[in-house]
Amino acid sequence: MDERYEIQIGKVCVLSTKDMLFNFLKPKNELENQGEFAENHPYIPEELWVKCPVCKNAILSSDLVENHKVCPKCNYHFRIAARQRIEMTVDEGTFNEMDAEMTSVNIIDFPDYPRKLRSAKLNSGENESVITGTAEINGEKCVIAVMNSQFMMGSMGTVTGEKITRAFEYATVHSLPVVVFTVSGGARMQEGILSLMQMAKTSGAVKRHSDAGLLYITVLTDPTTGGVTASFAMEGDIILAEPHALIGFAGPRVIEQTIRQKLPKDFQSAEFLLDKGFIDAVVPRNDMKSTLAKLIRLHTESKEEEAETDECV
Amino acid sequence: MSAFDCVTAARANDRPTSIDYITRIFGDSFFELHGDRRFSDDKAVIGGIAELNGKPVTVIGLEKGRNLKERMERNFGSAHPEGYRKALRLMKQAEKFHRPVICFVDTSGAYCGIGAEERGQGQAIAENLMEMMTLKTPVLSILIGEGGSGGALALAVADEVWMLENAIYSVISPEGCASILWKDSSKTAEASECLKLTSQDLFKLGVIERIIREPKGVESKLFDSLKNLIADTFDKKSRISPEKLIEMRYSRFRKF
Ligand SMILES: [Zn+2]
Repeated sequence: MDERYEIQIGKVCVLSTKDMLFNFLKPKNELENQGEFAENHPYIPEELWVKCPVCKNAILSSDLVENHKVCPKCNYHFRIAARQRIEMTVDEGTFNEMDAEMTSVNIIDFPDYPRKLRSAKLNSGENESVITGTAEINGEKCVIAVMNSQFMMGSMGTVTGEKITRAFEYATVHSLPVVVFTVSGGARMQEGILSLMQMAKTSGAVKRHSDAGLLYITVLTDPTTGGVTASFAMEGDIILAEPHALIGFAGPRVIEQTIRQKLPKDFQSAEFLLDKGFIDAVVPRNDMKSTLAKLIRLHTESKEEEAETDECV
Repeated sequence: MSAFDCVTAARANDRPTSIDYITRIFGDSFFELHGDRRFSDDKAVIGGIAELNGKPVTVIGLEKGRNLKERMERNFGSAHPEGYRKALRLMKQAEKFHRPVICFVDTSGAYCGIGAEERGQGQAIAENLMEMMTLKTPVLSILIGEGGSGGALALAVADEVWMLENAIYSVISPEGCASILWKDSSKTAEASECLKLTSQDLFKLGVIERIIREPKGVESKLFDSLKNLIADTFDKKSRISPEKLIEMRYSRFRKF
């Protein structure tokens, strides 16, 4: 197993106050194990020391939060919850959530799914694996969708697909750009084929938005895999990624099992995809807001000019 | 037949593959076209132009191979990105020349490997989903054996999706599901039930429009009736304007 990858999905767990407050355990890759991983993945508590899994430095967690959960010593990007992502990305007081109450049901009577859903809700404090709404980013209006790794590892269920589809349809009607932050282990097995259908449904909505001449920016965060990669994550006009994010169609463990060999170091990292030509840029978290605002502005300006030219004619 | 019996039947080595369907339905009229014009020719995807009752159609199939040698050559029907890009090239060509597209789907899934990832397996599938949604020509997909997740869906964003009686269509393999659910990949029978992957289940869920019966021992019956059904369907679809057609296709998937 690729060491970088193991570290990135490292689990934080409280050991003892004597030795050190936090220690990172190396878990197995739980990407395909939807939900389980998120359930065992406590997020960084406040006012304690956190050990960076990469540079091993102890960081005061309040400092870490202030720095958007990026290690100030080595630039390692910790995973963050969707609400925090929205908070650090959009202008204060501009976020208007859509479809907040929409929630999944056990459509195909899959065993244990209701319990999984309950624990995902408790774990994340959210109703689904994506939050959608309208917002402004440095004054630029947009529709934003942010996926949440704390909810069944960001797996795509019917409600996830529906919220994303509605977000695109809203943006198409109101001529707004769309920004989507992805994080996902892939399709949600517990919804069977209906989960797979979300890939087609969301892609259809993206296509209509695109055909209307509107901008779509995706931001791939750690990890983005499976059905989300094979649908709306890869359909942006501009595709950005956070440093070192794991991005792929198949998860690394599945590939290793298929080809019976170890994967090269940094395989499927954001930097690897940049090199292979599948993403436009790797953008550090602290530059993300200004980058998004700039890109949206570059597209609204040309739109305004077009409108002016039309008027002249 | 239990769900697991369907899984076994869908994967059976003696089951007709896409090549059989193409040969038996289109005969000598099929002319194979190769390559994605980007990287290579993926033999897990077979495609070309053929005649159906005197009218040209574009034919695309995921091909598993009919014997071990063929299966090796065709990577057991698991396509790489270039396979999906070849399929999309042929679909775009069909759109240009106003001929309908028929896809035969039979794959355990898109290939998981280093090359597939390096060349953008996710991107290739995503692009097919997006482009097929607005392809301005009739598209019909028939699941003839295994319909394995995104790798199958990449050829099944269609106006109608049909399924052979004993074919399966699923978001994950029963083995994969069992190993996640019970940490035991041998519990495939239980997992097969849970996933609702049979033609009956999928018809009830509205995921497919039609179940094609598999007459015991008389394959010629199957191919003859299928040929007529396909021709009838394309006749009906070709009378719908392209704008209306893609509107209907969007609604078809929007309902899920
Ligand atoms: Zn660090």
